[in-house]
Amino acid sequence: MSEMRNYISNNKKLTQFVVLLVIFFSLCFLISPSDSNILWRFPPLIAGLPLLINDCVSYLMYEFMPIEIYDSEIEEYEERPLIKEVTRALSSTVLFCIQVIREILLGGVKTIVTFTSWDFVNENKWAYWPALPWTVVCSAAILLGYSLRGFGLATLAGLASMYISIFGQWEPAMETLSLVLIAAPASFVLGLFFGVLAYRNKSVESALAPLLNIAQTMPHFSYLVPAMVFFGVGDHAGAIATIIFATPPMIRLTILGLKKVSPEVTEAALMSGCNEFQLMFRVLIPTARRDILIGVNQVIMQCLAMAVIASFIGAKGLGFNLLLALNGLRVGQAIELGICIVLIAVVLDKLSLAWANKQVDYFADLNFMQRNKYKIFLFFLLFFWSIIAYIGTFLFEEGFNYFYLIPHNKGITTETFWQGGVDWIVDTFFFQLKAFNEFLIISVLLPMKHAYLSMPVIATFVLIMGIGYIIGGLKSAFIVGFFLIFIAFTEWWDRALITAYMATFGVIVSALIGITVGSICAQTNITSKSIILICDTFQTFPSFIYLIPVIMLFGVTDTSVLIAVIVYATIPATRYTVEGLRSVPDTLHDAGSMSGVNRLQRWLKIELPLAFPHMMLGVNQTVVFALFMVIIGAMIGTEDLGQYILKSLSDKHGIGNGLTLGFCVAFIGLAVDHLIRTWAEERKKALGL
Amino acid sequence: MRKIITAFLVSVGLLMAPAFLSAKDSSKPIVIPTHNWSSQVVMAYVIGGIFESMGNTVEYVPADTQAVYEAIRNGDVTISHEVWQSTFGKSFYEAMAKGGIIDAGTHAAMTLEEVGVPQWVIDKNLCPGLPNWEALKDCKDVFATADSGGKGRILEGPQSWHGVEYPDRVEALLGDDWVVKFAGSADALWAELAAAKKEGRGTITFNWTPNFTDADGFAFIEWPPYYPGCRKQDGGDSKCGSPKGWLKKAANYKMPKTHPAAYTTFSQISFNAGQIGQMAKLVDIEGLSHQDAAKKWLADNEDVWKPFTKPGM
Repeated sequence: MSEMRNYISNNKKLTQFVVLLVIFFSLCFLISPSDSNILWRFPPLIAGLPLLINDCVSYLMYEFMPIEIYDSEIEEYEERPLIKEVTRALSSTVLFCIQVIREILLGGVKTIVTFTSWDFVNENKWAYWPALPWTVVCSAAILLGYSLRGFGLATLAGLASMYISIFGQWEPAMETLSLVLIAAPASFVLGLFFGVLAYRNKSVESALAPLLNIAQTMPHFSYLVPAMVFFGVGDHAGAIATIIFATPPMIRLTILGLKKVSPEVTEAALMSGCNEFQLMFRVLIPTARRDILIGVNQVIMQCLAMAVIASFIGAKGLGFNLLLALNGLRVGQAIELGICIVLIAVVLDKLSLAWANKQVDYFADLNFMQRNKYKIFLFFLLFFWSIIAYIGTFLFEEGFNYFYLIPHNKGITTETFWQGGVDWIVDTFFFQLKAFNEFLIISVLLPMKHAYLSMPVIATFVLIMGIGYIIGGLKSAFIVGFFLIFIAFTEWWDRALITAYMATFGVIVSALIGITVGSICAQTNITSKSIILICDTFQTFPSFIYLIPVIMLFGVTDTSVLIAVIVYATIPATRYTVEGLRSVPDTLHDAGSMSGVNRLQRWLKIELPLAFPHMMLGVNQTVVFALFMVIIGAMIGTEDLGQYILKSLSDKHGIGNGLTLGFCVAFIGLAVDHLIRTWAEERKKALGL
Repeated sequence: MRKIITAFLVSVGLLMAPAFLSAKDSSKPIVIPTHNWSSQVVMAYVIGGIFESMGNTVEYVPADTQAVYEAIRNGDVTISHEVWQSTFGKSFYEAMAKGGIIDAGTHAAMTLEEVGVPQWVIDKNLCPGLPNWEALKDCKDVFATADSGGKGRILEGPQSWHGVEYPDRVEALLGDDWVVKFAGSADALWAELAAAKKEGRGTITFNWTPNFTDADGFAFIEWPPYYPGCRKQDGGDSKCGSPKGWLKKAANYKMPKTHPAAYTTFSQISFNAGQIGQMAKLVDIEGLSHQDAAKKWLADNEDVWKPFTKPGM
């Protein structure tokens, strides 16, 4: 008896957990499923919220403060609401910026039109801004790579831009690039600005924190409807949605980086007489460079991840072509386009890193030629390739000048190869895969889904809040309870349960795969570097591309969605496992070896426990990624929140529904995030890290 | 304050107002939306090509199929050249009720948007009696899938297309033996058709005509005929199929004033099912890019489209 008591007091949390499970299951059995039973499903108390949001927005956009405006096109006065005029003015500014870059790369008349008129351009055919020949852009990329980092980066930039042009994707790629070249710097500047603001002012930081949390867990689709309503359809709306999506990680990493700067640095700077501005831009930000650069990396990755989704609201470029290719089931073409997106991401990332890390040599004594050798060389190249492009006009007969612009889809293509590969997989493994699919659906997924749906709402609350209590005390219990109650009071609780079921399955499998693969790869230097590279690639590779082959193999089923989820959500689990294990100090390895542990023991008893908090952050990210992908899985066909978010794109009350559903997804993510983070913090304290 | 803003904006407006006093088309570009299926994209470039031949400037913008009506209303997009009655009719009329969008006439093509089976399902006689709907009563097993729980499965398009129309109809006519599953996108439908063909199993999916699937043959289920008010949302019992529908064109309300000539042409443009099929075929079967397909179509069919450009046709 006393042994038992000892055991209970030693394993207090475990006992609490067992008691919690007992209560949970007895609630599940006791409460009868009927819609009138308040313990089974809460009444949808805030079902009116979407409508309210909607009415507010439409009042703001279509009725608030109407002003009379003379419309020159129809020669009449019109009443237009103020806010709409303001957002449209912002839209046209953004659009103008995108177009300037786009026309430098691809040629056009719109920039000239902005300063004159369409009439002027139509009457004067010479008023056309010529495109830079692709050869110039290629060599500029190579030169930039070389001047920033040397031969390696030059090769990468060169190969990437050649790939894009030779495969005939130059035009859409440059359209996407022009959008990213506006969105990424804007996100960077905004992120840095808000980050610095939050660092300097506590109340700004505490006001930003919940916003950032929600923004980072809201699914991509939820950003589209508001962007469309406020800013219209087109590249500008795509760019604005991208900026909103890509800024939060930048803000967060800026704050993180600045906070890490040790006070000695600040003091030294103040002693040398820095003013506020110098302190921030000459001392603090350069010192916090490492985290800020991770922020830049995140911004670029997010921008290109959003490039595809932004094409739903009118962004031109690779994303739109990708959707078209997928619609024709042309997986090969889609893969080529996907590779273009990855290449743009990788090159931009490496170039910006190299630029930020370049040291200025203040003591070099160079003459004009030496200082400007790259610019001069570039000027020479521009001249040279322009002449070649001009000669090209006489060489090619079909009206395409391959020295000037390789027209869209006129390059070489490996489509048949990829298509053949996909067809081969489908043909060869069809029946095995089908059997697997049926087994998975009938014996795992359907029962799991059924189990989730047959949980009474009160039991779910007891379970989740109970876990919150065990991990982080009353405070945690109330925080997760708040997140859940919001969802429970909407009319989408059942949908949220289906989302939760798919995300749970995805997270469990992804975490298992990720931690295993990560642990194996972390054993040597080379494998850990290459696995991180693979993670980077898969993170930018547009997730839509998996959808088609997966549907071919597994049909419009939950299996398809979950496979897409697992491919995507395994990335953070792997990455953080590798990073966590690699960060275990060598001295501890040595200490372990000296005490005579073997490899397996060292992994189990030393490395894993020490890396555990970091790995839990990985699992945390896995949850967010899995939720995102479950929502994107609506493109395959699901019955969860995602399908409703997709529907809100075309709904009458779209903006309200889209946002409320987005909050629901975000709150699921945040509840899990809170639990895991609290647990990881506890472990960290226990380990003395 | 409001007056100042008004005065300011008016003066800016006046300064920027070029003289559009004649009935000549404005030189501002006509914005044509492109959606995610081939015939629509090719037709966008075809219509763009016709406008360009008249000296107009055009611009293409990718847009969501449902959201585009709101965009036309707001003036972000000028026209829409494929408004399908049963799928987009509701969004179109809702936008029209709010004002800002006008009906610019109807294509000659009749459309049908309905669930059905690929022709080879009929040829193999997997479910005797098809395409009559009553045949479905006896062959739910042919169309069952792993996740349908032994019931026959009908694969509908995304829920945003027709809401609960098909679940209502299936429940009313076929009862509990059938389920309706929503696919997330048109791609999912085509992938399902391709997979079913490879496997040789029966499948019922949502589809429409004219479409590229017409080339391989597609048999639409013949439900009890449609009559106005038969759907549940209109107060009926949902025991009816889809109507043979129209294919309309829509335009922003300013277009007749800003681009009178182009608007006249646009309102006269009328393609039939064969012509729309040709456009889709150039891309989906012959593998041309959308722009090239449009160029080829325009070059081959001058006698079809030239008359549209003459006023008072």
